[in-house]
Amino acid sequence: MAVPRYWREIPARYNLIGKRCKVCGRVYFPPRNICPVCRRKSVGQMEDYKLKGTGVVESYTIIHVPPPHFEGEEPYIMALIKLDEGPYVTGQIVECDEKDVHIGMRVRATFRKIMEDGEKGAIYYGYKFVKEEE
Amino acid sequence: MVAIVGYGAYVPRYRIKVEEIARMWGDDPASISRGLGIYEKSVPAIDEDTATIAVEAARRAVKSAGIDAGEIGAIYVGSESHPYAVKPTATIVAEAIGATPYLTAADYEFACKAGTAGIQNCMALIKAGMIKYGMAIGADVAQAAPGDALEYTAAAGGVAYIIGKDGIATINETASFTTDTPDFWRREGQPYPGHGERFTGEPAYYRHITNAANLLMEKMGTKPSDYDYAVFHQPNGKFPRRVAKMLGFSDEQIKHGLLCPIIGNTYSGSAMLGLAATLDIAKPGDRIIMVSFGSGAGSDAFDITVTDAIESYPRQNIRKMIEKKQYVDYGLYMKYRGEI
Amino acid sequence: MREVAVIGIGMTKFGELWDKSFRDLVAEAGVKAIMDAGIEGKDIDAMYIGGMSSGGFVEQEHVAPLAIEVAGLEDFHIPATRVEGACASGGLAMRQGYIAVASGIHDIVLVGGAEKMTDVVGTEATNVLASAADREWEAFFGMTFPGLYALMARYHMHKYGTTQEQLASVAVKNHYNGSMNPNAQFNRKISIEDVLASPMVADPLYLLDCSPITDGAAAAILAPLDIAKKYTDKIVKILASTQASDTISLHNRKRFDALPAAIHAARQAYKMAGVEPKDIDVAEVHDCFTIAEIMAIEDLGFFEKGKGGKATEEGLTAIDGQIPINTSGGLKAKGHPVGATGVAQINEIVMQLRGEAGKRQVKDAEIGLTHNVGGSGGTAVVHILGVI
Repeated sequence: MAVPRYWREIPARYNLIGKRCKVCGRVYFPPRNICPVCRRKSVGQMEDYKLKGTGVVESYTIIHVPPPHFEGEEPYIMALIKLDEGPYVTGQIVECDEKDVHIGMRVRATFRKIMEDGEKGAIYYGYKFVKEEE
Repeated sequence: MVAIVGYGAYVPRYRIKVEEIARMWGDDPASISRGLGIYEKSVPAIDEDTATIAVEAARRAVKSAGIDAGEIGAIYVGSESHPYAVKPTATIVAEAIGATPYLTAADYEFACKAGTAGIQNCMALIKAGMIKYGMAIGADVAQAAPGDALEYTAAAGGVAYIIGKDGIATINETASFTTDTPDFWRREGQPYPGHGERFTGEPAYYRHITNAANLLMEKMGTKPSDYDYAVFHQPNGKFPRRVAKMLGFSDEQIKHGLLCPIIGNTYSGSAMLGLAATLDIAKPGDRIIMVSFGSGAGSDAFDITVTDAIESYPRQNIRKMIEKKQYVDYGLYMKYRGEI
Repeated sequence: MREVAVIGIGMTKFGELWDKSFRDLVAEAGVKAIMDAGIEGKDIDAMYIGGMSSGGFVEQEHVAPLAIEVAGLEDFHIPATRVEGACASGGLAMRQGYIAVASGIHDIVLVGGAEKMTDVVGTEATNVLASAADREWEAFFGMTFPGLYALMARYHMHKYGTTQEQLASVAVKNHYNGSMNPNAQFNRKISIEDVLASPMVADPLYLLDCSPITDGAAAAILAPLDIAKKYTDKIVKILASTQASDTISLHNRKRFDALPAAIHAARQAYKMAGVEPKDIDVAEVHDCFTIAEIMAIEDLGFFEKGKGGKATEEGLTAIDGQIPINTSGGLKAKGHPVGATGVAQINEIVMQLRGEAGKRQVKDAEIGLTHNVGGSGGTAVVHILGVI
């Protein structure tokens, strides 16, 4: 894959910059073009909005059979996380024992390497999550 | 006036013990620990590299300093393990902390002292009035060939300093000592560094650190007893103790900043992390000398005075962060390093 | 709108068909359906073929004219269209065929579905399948397809107390059914212990909780009911054909214990057919993973939400149970050549309604339902068929 596809997502993937509908105030992450509640009224009214990156595990799985770019990293935890601003996001939880992860666990975003485009290609970074320290 | 406005450090959570590495190669762990003054070292996770470590450190620095990252006018990332041979780590950091696009940025390489070279550059830009804040980072995921003596010490970690006009510690002066001394190197395209074995000591480490430190103290008219704390580059646990003794500093002056025995040599992060751990406990008025060393070879010395502002600064407690750790065996260590 | 009938069906054996190419599969299923219907190639007015990713699996797009060519029908220059909706591609092709005939635009329509999945290595197949998920916000971060269903499984277990054994009982039942289906990929029976001893794929889903990688194709011939009798007396009527959509990503859904698109499509289908869940005699549901069948039988209204696992464990979904589910062996045992699945489900229900299902025949089956899902629930297609 060519780099522009990844490059254009850098704000969202590095800094969790999503969208906020100026009409109803709802926050969306990953970013959405149209607010599904306000629809027509939200056209041109979706502003950048930085999320804090903290949230709660709603569900999780431990991946034992990974896709090609993640071979060698297994097993790893993938979770459905409810961010404190409301949206849900899919992300990896790192530095957490498989036995410790649980529904209801608080997490915060961290900055990690997501994947490499082979040995010669670009390296793509983005958010993963770690257990939030008490 | 030039000062440290804020700092943030990051050391990966994983550790490997000297015993575990020694077990692989049939070495005697007690004699290694005694000889190198090290017990365990940090290991980066499989998805950590110099860029992610630099970003973690930089984010902590910005948060602690409470500044707007958009006001950072320069970012320099010093490392000998940049993820790309060509393409800056500094831009990744700049983007990830929200400092883009109105700034200058570059990567530095000078073995273990590229980070302090970055501090000096930021100081110059501040003094020239060109920027409001500058950020200098020293971060590494140090490489070592399996079985090489370096494997016991080559560690991962990083630290970011925000430099400005006023802050928690004033940088009174800096002095450098540089010669062409090939004591340690890594050729383009090679995965592991080579080194001159015992040549890395006397003509390299000791000569450059002592000269830079003495030059600084001469400039400032100070003597070792004028400093509350001293921090020297820490390629192992032994060299900094010996160089302190050679210069006339006591164990008491260096012990707070001596992290190598518990995290290993974080290369570009080494002396700067020691300084950060020292700032964690320093009081207003305390005076600190820090001297880095980079193979090749050179040393940058800094004379620093802690200000009253440190009392209201949210200090990170780096030693506490280091205590949060998880041990890995040699197999996992190899997996995390991407060797297998 | 005209009433529409299925007048012919055909499918290949499902499995790892090393000696068969994508073209071979398409030709075999199509020819069988044409023969079954008693029509000739020249009678066909249009073709719809469902395929998820012939590009990803065999590097071949533009497969509709390819299907025309392998069937030797090019001289008739009939319209041929490929339909894509991930694992629901076959169901969508069926629905496009239905719409074409019901509207009066075409009379005889060939509907097909095909996927040749074993021409790529396992990890590559995993990657192609992951493109049915949100590539930028799920797959990019290392999420896999089994992983998405594992998230739903964990959620369901947490919310309703569904157990690992209940999940496994879906696979056990479907393998039992598959043992009686000569076209199934797996004919061996398995036990709960076998499932729980198989390698973990995405916790809590074991290998035997997952449908396999399969090659296969299936086809059906549709015609207006009033002229269907001209060709055959083995007529099954389409009582309902509905489709619903939802977000492609799981994280943007309103709930994680159900597939809202499936609930929506089912509700409309019952209304269209004028029947209720209790009127269904047999159903083929999209059990790409064991949890998917549990959610399906709840979403379709056969069991209350959260009770699907218990119902399966108690045998209520067995061939002789309250509502026989996946008599063919389902995706789990019959196999899951993704694009073919929706049409293969139609094949099974037609066989059941014609009384041709052999040892797995459901007694007096008169109304059957198919439930075909794309991705983690972004697309759902429901068909209800009945004897006339």
